[in-house]
Amino acid sequence: MINSFEDFTEYSASVKEKSLNKPEINILVSLGTCGIAAGTLPVQEEFISQIKERELSSKVELTDVGCMGICYCEPSIELINRKTGKSIIYGNVKRDDVSLILDCLTEKDVKGVDVIKKSWYYPETEDATAGLLQAKIALRNTGRINPEILEEYIFNSGYQALAKVLSSMTPKSIIQEVLQSGLRGRGGGGFPTGKKWDFAAAQKNETKFVICNADEGDPGAFMDRAVLEGDPHSVLEAMAIAGFAIGSHKGFIYIRAEYPLAIKRLQIAIKQSTEFGLLGKNIMGFGFDFEIELRYGAGAFVCGEETALIHSIEGLRGMPTTRPPFPAVAGLWEKPTIVNNVETFANVCAIIRKGAQWYKSIGTETSAGTKVFALAGKINKVGLIEVPMGTNLRDIIYDVGGGIFDGKEFKAVQTGGPSGGCITKDYLDTPIDYETLKSLGSMMGSGGMIVMDEDDCMVNVAKFFLDFTVDESCGKCTPCRIGGKHMYAILDKITKGRASDKDLETLRELCQTVKSSSLCGLGMTCPNPVLSTMKYFENEYREHVADKKCKAHKCPDLITYLIDIGKCIGCSVCAKKCPVQCISGKLKEPHKIDQSKCIKCGECFMACKFAAISRN
Amino acid sequence: MCENSSKITVLEKYPDKTKSLNEFLNSLPLGADIKSNRGFLISCLHKAQSIFGYLPDEVQLLIAERLRLTLSDVYGVISFYSFFTTQPPGRNKINVCLGTACFVKGADKIFAEFEKQIGIKDGATSKDMKYSLSSIRCVGACSLAPVVTVNDKVYAKMTPLRVREILKECE
Repeated sequence: MINSFEDFTEYSASVKEKSLNKPEINILVSLGTCGIAAGTLPVQEEFISQIKERELSSKVELTDVGCMGICYCEPSIELINRKTGKSIIYGNVKRDDVSLILDCLTEKDVKGVDVIKKSWYYPETEDATAGLLQAKIALRNTGRINPEILEEYIFNSGYQALAKVLSSMTPKSIIQEVLQSGLRGRGGGGFPTGKKWDFAAAQKNETKFVICNADEGDPGAFMDRAVLEGDPHSVLEAMAIAGFAIGSHKGFIYIRAEYPLAIKRLQIAIKQSTEFGLLGKNIMGFGFDFEIELRYGAGAFVCGEETALIHSIEGLRGMPTTRPPFPAVAGLWEKPTIVNNVETFANVCAIIRKGAQWYKSIGTETSAGTKVFALAGKINKVGLIEVPMGTNLRDIIYDVGGGIFDGKEFKAVQTGGPSGGCITKDYLDTPIDYETLKSLGSMMGSGGMIVMDEDDCMVNVAKFFLDFTVDESCGKCTPCRIGGKHMYAILDKITKGRASDKDLETLRELCQTVKSSSLCGLGMTCPNPVLSTMKYFENEYREHVADKKCKAHKCPDLITYLIDIGKCIGCSVCAKKCPVQCISGKLKEPHKIDQSKCIKCGECFMACKFAAISRN
Repeated sequence: MCENSSKITVLEKYPDKTKSLNEFLNSLPLGADIKSNRGFLISCLHKAQSIFGYLPDEVQLLIAERLRLTLSDVYGVISFYSFFTTQPPGRNKINVCLGTACFVKGADKIFAEFEKQIGIKDGATSKDMKYSLSSIRCVGACSLAPVVTVNDKVYAKMTPLRVREILKECE
């Protein structure tokens, strides 16, 4: 139990001292949700049993960590030599690789095991290394420490920021520091965090609340989950700092029920910190109380909007309300409340420890610091990356992301999820920050980045996002509820080859109306995917409307598969592959597709070795 | 809901489940302040659904009574959030991820194939209670796209052709 500042300093020192006696080799095993899904658990088991068998436990320590961000080569492990500080990452590790790695046990290549080049550094403790594009601040501990062991967090400067603010800073100076750092909301809006805190701090009210928005509903974004699974304490610590700054003693983390592992790790972290006196009553003996409770979401995307989220915590239907009053004035149960995103909080402790000037030196003038992106889609290195603001898209896609999957041609990258837009290859050299993305008709959003290639139909992509927002619209305001449905109906018509030029005009008008008249962010931004694809891929829309063609062959109603009788040798491979058995014909005789049953899946097209099947 | 009083209610049918729900409700600091009680509503529904697998009428009524809310308050919340269901789920819960990363890799075709082979639509349960089918938004395993989960087991890099195989495994 830590009862004073001296206790804390002593404890931190003892953790450092203890670490000197730890085994020389530390093997980090990536056990985030994606790692587990990819099969890391059997690899971990194999390590445990072999380390025991070979009696290596005094030399080798096995550490379960969160997501390292290199999802494309899970299961992945990192071997660190504590004495030399050198490390090596192995990817696509299989059970059989374990003995090879343990045979070697140095930070050298092991024959037959994939070695992954580390493409990041940690700005808080390391100097920028030439050639490394990624700089991890928010993800500084994710994939590096065991999230279930408080000591590991303490070892990595954990709770030092909280100790610093409680012992030597005033609420005003904390807010000033955050304000000067230029930190902006990482949930998508980009509102200056310090300003939000300042508004709430100015309210005279004995009860105030700090809410962490962990309702990551954006399909294709999973950075918040990675932070909560890999480094939950950094969020707790930042929330306590925010509480001290605005004069609040109670925090809530609103988390998706779909993230069971993150919930479990948060529960463990809250319990540990409370037992240690780092949260709860009289933190570190400074007389400051702050407790944190978890509240669960229940599958409503709109609850990512702060007023809707607040109503959801109150136990109501999660519908947004008009602002003002802003939550900072009247939020949860009408009390002053700040709502910040997980990634925003994950930056706070580093800013407090290293100072606003240090943070501001990273990134661009208007957007300080780094941003985490979930890089996915048709890209070779799918993963969770963190780059300084101002990094250009080309570097992200071709360097960090390793280029387009299967050697295909890049077509567009979608940022900002259902609220964002598509960016084409003409803009690949744009340095990305809040402003540049907005000027391109997209937005930062929470940081999902989906790469698309020549096989993707942009009309279909726009329809996909509209389907999502129509489904998730809470139905409170008319433009979003009805406008969204009509936009979807027109897009559906286009993809089915039944639309006219007039429909395109109506669609554009409808987008503008919904954008300008909806109540909350969901409605205001839901036309973005349509508007941006209409802007950059107008030809594609025209082709669907005028020629009734989908060049990417993604719109089933506009595709026909035909067997060329002259080329078909009757091998019947296509008939076997067809999931709906709509291809018939005798062996060694030309086959035929029953168009009325065909689901246009394209399996036959891909299976035919004689190019006898055409796709139009 | 109680048109047939001689019918055994879900609460009577599963005394153990009812007991654990009651224990949970007893552990909450509920009082006369409805506003404060309401703050626990979603947690209660989560707990109840984890116990019963779904939220039958009687369970909704029990929660409403204990929290001093109306049944319409409770039902209004249940119907708003897609996580809650008032229908008993099938033995095999099949979730097809339709997040963006899975979508661009063809998840819509996989979903259509499940619908076709089981013969049910999104969110429905087959009559023999064998399967429940849902489309879900991003499980966050985008590197494994397209992803399907069956009773929390993850199937990575799915194809429409593997649908039959998965359904067979559920037998």
